[in-house]
Amino acid sequence: MHLRFVLPLVAFVLLAGALGVGLTLDPRIIPSAMKGKSVPDFALPPVAGRTLGLASTDLRDGEATVVNVFASWCVPCRVEHPLLVQLARQGIAVHGLNYKDAPERASNWLDTLGDPFRRTGADLDGRVSIDWGVYGVPETFVVSGEGTIVEKHVGPLSPEDIAGKIVPALERARR
Amino acid sequence: MRPLLAALALMAIMTGAAPLGAIGVDVPLADPVLEHRARTVHKLLRCLVCQNQSIDDSNADLARDLRQIVRERIQAGDSDQEAIAFVVARYGDWVLLDPPFKATTWALWLGPPVVLLLAGLGVGIYLRRRRPLVPPSPLSAAEAARLKRIVGAGRHPP
Repeated sequence: MHLRFVLPLVAFVLLAGALGVGLTLDPRIIPSAMKGKSVPDFALPPVAGRTLGLASTDLRDGEATVVNVFASWCVPCRVEHPLLVQLARQGIAVHGLNYKDAPERASNWLDTLGDPFRRTGADLDGRVSIDWGVYGVPETFVVSGEGTIVEKHVGPLSPEDIAGKIVPALERARR
Repeated sequence: MRPLLAALALMAIMTGAAPLGAIGVDVPLADPVLEHRARTVHKLLRCLVCQNQSIDDSNADLARDLRQIVRERIQAGDSDQEAIAFVVARYGDWVLLDPPFKATTWALWLGPPVVLLLAGLGVGIYLRRRRPLVPPSPLSAAEAARLKRIVGAGRHPP
């Protein structure tokens, strides 16, 4: 009777497989409810000392964009910042959403680390970010020219994330 | 003088002399009925930062913002369901501590009973098969002799 030995073995392999996959998932990454939806309607003033704020209409002007949620008090944001500067240098439209930041600290951040953002909206009370489904900083969105959220990345971007997630999403967004 | 001031300051802090309207302090709704409804909704929503607490329990900044948003929605005339839907639209079913039964959550809801059923079935089959597999073995000659000695041949029923 082979079944007596094969069946428990199969059950064990299936269970171990399922649990193994579970181990590789990060429970802090919450599936995005905003992917595929249109960006929320909003209009934010610029951060202190800048002239261009960010509004939903800026994200519906036909060009695919990257929207980065950042704050000067956020350490991982500092890690990913050079990558955003690099993206902007490649001619990609990158916008900033400044989450719950002191205005002068935000402008100081952009002055010292380099400003990759075409437009930067100051979300002082964090309400617009909540409309975007943001639950931590940094988060990065890829938005199509019509204003549809195509991709969302939670946490700091790595060069691999840019190459494997953000750039392909931009290509999809442009299609 | 300094230690005295420090002690007074500490006492002020410990007695909860928080300034009114300070950032980070919940502002309950004036109407106790509405506030009670808001609190009920808070208990149904999962905190995105602490994950296994409701936003009612959580001290996270975002949880406080969401509490305030729920209060505003309810103050503005939303039903409890509408206030919940407002948060779900932004963060998905993930924020519900009692997730709905639908295609994406079938595994979640049906998984445990199915596993229990299969396990029960397996145990049942195993036990049913086991009984005839272990027939009582006949006594050896030495055992039979010992039994006879203990019980006594004469007291056996005929």
